[in-house]
Amino acid sequence: MSLLRKERANVKRLFSLTILLVIGLLGLFAPVLMPHDPLAVDISKKFLAPSWDYPFGTDHLGRCVFSRMLLAIRYSLGSALVIQIVAILLAILVGAFVALKRGIVDYLFIRICDILLAFPTLVLAFGLLGLLGPSLKNVLIALVFTQFIYYSRLIRGLFIGLNEKDFIQAARISGTSGIKLIIRHYIPNLLPPIVTIVVLDIGKVILEIAGFSFIGLGVQAPIPEWGMMVNEGKQYIRQHPELMLYPGLAIVLVVLLLNHLASSFKKLG
Amino acid sequence: MYESTWMFCLKRILTLPFVLLGVSILTFVFIRFVPVEPAEVILRLARVAPTAEAIQALREELGTDKPFLIQYLLWIKGVLHLDFGTSFVSKLPVAHELFAKLPATIELAVAAFVLILGISMPLGIISALYKHSIIDKVIRLFTVMSVSIPTFWLGFLLLYLFSLKLGIFPTNGKGTLAHLVLPAFALALPTIGLFVQFIRSAIIEELQQHYVQYAQLRGLKNSVILVRHVLRNAVIPLSTLLGMTLGNLLGGAVIVEQVFSWPGLGRYLIESIINRDYPVVQCYVLIIAVIYVLANLCTDVLHRLLDPHLMMKDRRD
Repeated sequence: MSLLRKERANVKRLFSLTILLVIGLLGLFAPVLMPHDPLAVDISKKFLAPSWDYPFGTDHLGRCVFSRMLLAIRYSLGSALVIQIVAILLAILVGAFVALKRGIVDYLFIRICDILLAFPTLVLAFGLLGLLGPSLKNVLIALVFTQFIYYSRLIRGLFIGLNEKDFIQAARISGTSGIKLIIRHYIPNLLPPIVTIVVLDIGKVILEIAGFSFIGLGVQAPIPEWGMMVNEGKQYIRQHPELMLYPGLAIVLVVLLLNHLASSFKKLG
Repeated sequence: MYESTWMFCLKRILTLPFVLLGVSILTFVFIRFVPVEPAEVILRLARVAPTAEAIQALREELGTDKPFLIQYLLWIKGVLHLDFGTSFVSKLPVAHELFAKLPATIELAVAAFVLILGISMPLGIISALYKHSIIDKVIRLFTVMSVSIPTFWLGFLLLYLFSLKLGIFPTNGKGTLAHLVLPAFALALPTIGLFVQFIRSAIIEELQQHYVQYAQLRGLKNSVILVRHVLRNAVIPLSTLLGMTLGNLLGGAVIVEQVFSWPGLGRYLIESIINRDYPVVQCYVLIIAVIYVLANLCTDVLHRLLDPHLMMKDRRD
């Protein structure tokens, strides 16, 4: 029974992973796969119904919605991946350093974190964005920063939890140096929780990027991003609600798959 | 060593000034990240040519040519008198406008909070009691969906369905209860999902405790066990979620207010960000951080007072 359940969980995980990979590849090869130039404006072709030529029809500027959806994968899923990877790598560097040093460095680190975590994450991101000005680059900076604070504290905790373990002590006594200790002993043992956290939050980050772009603080026109496309479609909600439907559904699908993947990782260990 | 509840509260309250000091310094330093000179922004907004002399004169007037520490002390002196500077755009005191917009956001957040509790409690309880049944699966699907839907998109779906197609609720504006329903629901939904998951697993865990078995053996009715014992214990850990919920509501409000044209703090913030009205952004971040810090303090203390485990340990020492 438990074996059967495990097998079923494996199949489900593989299923989500495959679809996500396909979506990722679609984004990667978007320039080849796009039937039209996603930025080409042609007012005479605006609001065309879906056809063989334009699978999802065209938007208010006569741009091919299907091509825009494909290219948007890079800006929605792609930027979220970049944010998560940069944030977790920085966090591992800082968290590991602080956890191995302890003492005054650790104390200062915790105090600074306390102050930074006194701001709700989204509000901190809004504040940073407000000062840096609206752009995709600044959204990346703001979100890397907010994710980094949270992760570095988490990683510090995970590392300190291992500090007292026998095998770490043994490695220390036999003279393993700091960097080797981190790479050979700490990280392999902490990989499962770290991967789970990173995957779990990709969905959240996609939603945040989309939210910022929707408000007009993130990806700027004419670059397609799903949140941005919802924003563009909102004026035509009465006549052409499908313009908002496609990008919204794409966000929901990707975030659902990511959440499913993360929860199956969590069950795994 | 276990510290007593009162010691804990005292310590927590004593660290408050330090956190607030740090928050104020950080909020002040924030403005230094600005890639452009504030004096230049003001001149441009006033449609004055930003010449070097004009910028210099304005900097002296604003006090931004003074040393950093002096600037901070002057600013914090103003803040303590509720003077957060003047808006670049409207030339009115920032505090005046922000506090005028605060009630609308609080109204929305409170309504969302009522919805969160009102919807997630019954769903969580049903889902736990009928674990692994069809109804549990449906509720769990709902919770997974609720955390995966972008708030702004959900807002538009609700608008399209209930306002444009069915005509039950007004599309935007504020005033009556009907205006409040859709935005509050859109704001509440992501947090509802988290609460349902939390309540479900808390109840399932409590049901496996020995005291439940003992209560059954004593012949108590299941409904009595559920309400008097299980629910009481399962609800206490919810207090740890309150801080996060407040953060979600304040952050989410920025987006929801934009969708439903709700005249609150969030919309004002976005407007100010786009106009590069830095004093407003700074003031907003500071006010929200202070609210958040105080709320977190309250939940920590509340949790400490409510949790019988912690109180018991307290007495034992």
